[in-house]
Amino acid sequence: MTENKPGMNQDGSRQGWKSLPAGDIMEAGSADKFNTGDWRSDRPVFNAANCIQCLKCWVVCPDASVLVKDGKIVGFDYDHCKGCGICDFECPTKPEKRAITMEPERK
Amino acid sequence: MPSFAAKTGNEAMAEAMRQINPDVVAAYPITPATEIVMIFSQFVADGLVNTEFVPVESEHSAMSACVGASSTGARVMTGTSSQGLALMYEILPIAAALRLPIIMCVVNRALSGPINIHCDHSDTMGGRDFGWIQMFSENAQEAYDNTLQAVKIAEKINLPAMATTDGFIIIHCMEKIEMLDTQDIQSFLGERKAQNSLLDLEKPVSFGGLDLQDYYFEHRKQMADAMDRAGDVILEVGKEFGKKFGREYGYFEEYQMADAEHVIVALGSTCGTTKAVVDDLRSKGEKVGLLKLRVFRPFPAKEIVTALSKAKSIAVLDRSDGLSTQGGQLYTEVCAALFENDKKIPVIDYIYGLGGRDISIDEIKSIYADLKKGNKNKINYLGVRE
Ligand code: SF4
Ligand code: SF4
Repeated sequence: MTENKPGMNQDGSRQGWKSLPAGDIMEAGSADKFNTGDWRSDRPVFNAANCIQCLKCWVVCPDASVLVKDGKIVGFDYDHCKGCGICDFECPTKPEKRAITMEPERK
Repeated sequence: MPSFAAKTGNEAMAEAMRQINPDVVAAYPITPATEIVMIFSQFVADGLVNTEFVPVESEHSAMSACVGASSTGARVMTGTSSQGLALMYEILPIAAALRLPIIMCVVNRALSGPINIHCDHSDTMGGRDFGWIQMFSENAQEAYDNTLQAVKIAEKINLPAMATTDGFIIIHCMEKIEMLDTQDIQSFLGERKAQNSLLDLEKPVSFGGLDLQDYYFEHRKQMADAMDRAGDVILEVGKEFGKKFGREYGYFEEYQMADAEHVIVALGSTCGTTKAVVDDLRSKGEKVGLLKLRVFRPFPAKEIVTALSKAKSIAVLDRSDGLSTQGGQLYTEVCAALFENDKKIPVIDYIYGLGGRDISIDEIKSIYADLKKGNKNKINYLGVRE
């Protein structure tokens, strides 16, 4: 990685008060550079065969973690997905043919 | 050109706000500070300022709106008192932590309860540990001057600042004050140059991320460091103000202190009364003096100790009681400063004037008499009925 993560030194250690930008103010969107989804207890699993590509899950995800390529859902960004299950709740597919299922992280 | 005018303390602060012409004012009325924003809102209605005035539904919202507005880089002001300040308490440390130089005109009024609308310092003393600069005023002129300087100080160090006045005593009494030329004030203050702005699309930033075990401590240390450096900024701005406008300000005023043996340390309007007592006693040959503290946050401990070092006895006047059983807030801080510097001067505390109870010339004389005799009580309640 060439660019420093906010709040971190080049060697990966955390910045001290003297070098840290003042006032808990940081560049916007910096969560992109961190794995913020590591405390998830359930993960959404995508079953492409059942998906009707309505994009509802993409609209409702509060963490922008539904991955879209060429206008189609392709899966989830597990570095940032919190496992809230909103995508699964809103997905209109039938119970017996779910496009999203929530599965425990540790079975 | 400066001009003289008859103004109450509230009017003086409202006029200062008009001449500062802040970008945003968000405020909610509360006795006895209502007039400040009421007069100011008239200035807005009359088109005398360009300020976006936000008449919010509570002081909590007022300070929240101030935080939002200040995060964009705007120059932001508000005013309040007592319970209104207390309702802001939740947001005050956030303003400081986000390093937002919000300026607040505070009219000191007793905190409820019992409910009371008159002067004491319990409201700002309750907010003394929130990372706000606090400057007290003896009279309307100082309220005016402190409001103007607070803008420059706050914006130089990126900490919020309160300029305070004594409820009713200063703010409802009319005095002759010297008002400065608006253009001179504008050139003295300049523009606020914020490092970050929430509205800057070229350099988008996030304010106030969750700050846990790994970063909170470092950000708090930054605030402590800024408060430490604020002292020099206050002196620098006070000097510049003196050079430009003829009234220099420091951490405190030393009144007849050069050879003073018995000294009173006090805040706010009581210092005016104490000066009259000092003059009277001096004319009778008594070596008495007054240390009128202007800056309470940051607390200029070292300088206070130097100023008090030749005294034989000291009385601290506290217009608030922390109910800690250890005396008022000013007393404990003065004692700590003297102890740290190995000064073994007897110091006694007088908690007085709570809820607007008057303090008389005779009572202040009795304090100097106690100091001469050597009063045995460390903590005294002056003027309370037994
Ligand atoms: S579980 Fe929640 S966070 Fe994860 S993809 Fe679905 S909606 Fe987004
Ligand atoms: S909501 Fe369900 S069906 Fe619609 S795009 Fe998302 S996964 Fe596919």
